[in-house]
Amino acid sequence: MTDRFTAAPVVRPLNDPWPRRPRLVEHSVLPGFKLSLGITLVYLALIVLLPLSLLAIRPWELGFDGIVKTLTDPRVASALRLTFGISLLAALTNAPLGLLVAWTLTRYQFPGRRLMDALVDLPFALPTAVAGIALTAIYAPTGPLGALAEKVGLKTAYSPLGIFIALVFIGLPFVVRSVQPVLQDLDKDVEEAAQTLGASDLQRAAYVVIPAIGPALLSGISLAFARAVGEYGSVIFIAGNLPMKTEIAPLLIVIKLEQYDYAGASAIGCAMLAISFGALVVMNIAQIYLARRGRA
Amino acid sequence: MTQSHTLSRPLSLSRRGLLASGAGAGTAALLPAAALAQALKPATLLNVSYDPTRELYKEVNAAFAAYWKGRTGQVLTLQQSHGGSGKQARSVIDGLQADVVTLALAADIDEIAARAKLLPANWQSRLPNNSTPYTSTIVFLVRKGNPWKIRDWPDLIKPGIGVITPNPKTSGGARWAYLAAYQAAAKTGGDAAAQAYLTKLFKNVPVLDTGARGSTTTFAQRKIGDVLLSWENEAFLTIDEFGPNFDIVYPSSSILAEPPVALVDKNVDRHGTRTVATGYLNFLYSPRAQEIIARHHFRPRDPAAAAKYASAFKQIPLVTIDGAFGGWKQAQATHFADGGVFDRIYKP
Repeated sequence: MTDRFTAAPVVRPLNDPWPRRPRLVEHSVLPGFKLSLGITLVYLALIVLLPLSLLAIRPWELGFDGIVKTLTDPRVASALRLTFGISLLAALTNAPLGLLVAWTLTRYQFPGRRLMDALVDLPFALPTAVAGIALTAIYAPTGPLGALAEKVGLKTAYSPLGIFIALVFIGLPFVVRSVQPVLQDLDKDVEEAAQTLGASDLQRAAYVVIPAIGPALLSGISLAFARAVGEYGSVIFIAGNLPMKTEIAPLLIVIKLEQYDYAGASAIGCAMLAISFGALVVMNIAQIYLARRGRA
Repeated sequence: MTQSHTLSRPLSLSRRGLLASGAGAGTAALLPAAALAQALKPATLLNVSYDPTRELYKEVNAAFAAYWKGRTGQVLTLQQSHGGSGKQARSVIDGLQADVVTLALAADIDEIAARAKLLPANWQSRLPNNSTPYTSTIVFLVRKGNPWKIRDWPDLIKPGIGVITPNPKTSGGARWAYLAAYQAAAKTGGDAAAQAYLTKLFKNVPVLDTGARGSTTTFAQRKIGDVLLSWENEAFLTIDEFGPNFDIVYPSSSILAEPPVALVDKNVDRHGTRTVATGYLNFLYSPRAQEIIARHHFRPRDPAAAAKYASAFKQIPLVTIDGAFGGWKQAQATHFADGGVFDRIYKP
């Protein structure tokens, strides 16, 4: 083993040159790199970057002070808090419950399993407005669940709880579908080995299963969170839309647009984008960290 | 091959002969025919409207298509688009190809004229009655038997009364309702009293939908709230739809809501539909359309139709937007713009 940084004189064999500096682009044995990269760049620029950069240009019509004023407006600030707070809460709620659903679907055989598996995708496939109307019909005080909740003194529809319910509903498939394939591929041998070595059920879950599915679970949570932040259709039906109370940020964007305040609307849009992006970066870093630890 | 050749020969000969003979007589006979053929080409007309006119324009469109076919022979396809008035105006500004707009309030058409310059600024003076072929007003819809004895505006701010109205920022009907409430309170106590009144009123609003139809659903179907501030026609329609579970209450005064109609000049010129679109808007003022309008619970302008349906519409004092609020431009800036009176109501 040669080491460049030891003080001792290094004698290198002729056929072993100094290690090269890592190159910016690692050469791949697969052909077609330039073409694939080119198409990827153009596609991303067209589909993602172009609209987003237009969004980022718009608010500056207001000037910096105008943007700050828009975003610190109590009504806007409260809508942003509400949207991100409940989205996070809904995503975190879906983590254990979605994991349980994925676990049940992959680890057990029972009649109706396939049907249940298909059901998981429904919130994903349903038009969001339909989901909103259906949820409102059930959770409004006239609906079966809403009436029941009212008896216990709980207000579901037209309250933050209603928003939470809608966001949990639309977020579930993201967690389940992220975790499920990893659970399916998880080698039974490893768990069995742990068991033969005397690990308890809890130990097996904590030291074998969770580290393996951790990154996938986290990516499921971040997907559910990102989707919840942008959700409009299903929420406006159940939210009640009261300023300062149950008005979500995407609705405020629509309201601004309907007042022809395009700049103000894009200011809120950019703020949401920045917060979401920050949250996703944090989750990505956590995911990489977990993945490394899982491999070690 | 040969056959067709011989057949085409006399034809071309006769055409040449016709041209050679009386050119004047020939063209005189051909021109109107060509013009007629062009007019007969089927046309499509898009009417971009607001929320509670779905049923009205469905019937008006059928009547107009029949009338137009009888008069000109042209077959028409009439399309209609409905939604919150502000949203509809924005769609037209952003490029929705409306031939005519029939919106909830003049301010929204003003925006189309100012921002997209699709029609001249003086559009409202081009048709009779401020370009409003019918009027309406804001009334209360309460549950059967009026259990909370809601009779007039002051009853709405009593503690515990649930008031349903859409968001004035997004709904034209809600803006009329807001202004109706404002004028009633301002009459006795001036602007300060009116603002205090509206603050209390909106404290009693548990759900703020984005459009009039959404609020009607919340009130009638979800059974939220005790009173719905509603377009008069929407209130009647709710009773038609949901049966006699509701009563209509006329407050002591309200506002004269004038939902205007306008030709979108740039779009009709692009589509070549100016004649049809103009005919469509004029038809709205005709006795036949006025009759349909009255049957759909909008107040007709035509004196004959108004007299015939007089008993259907209770006469109450109605203030006008120009008289009480200095026109839409001023009302919009004072009340509904960012930082306006409505925003201050929700300031914590």
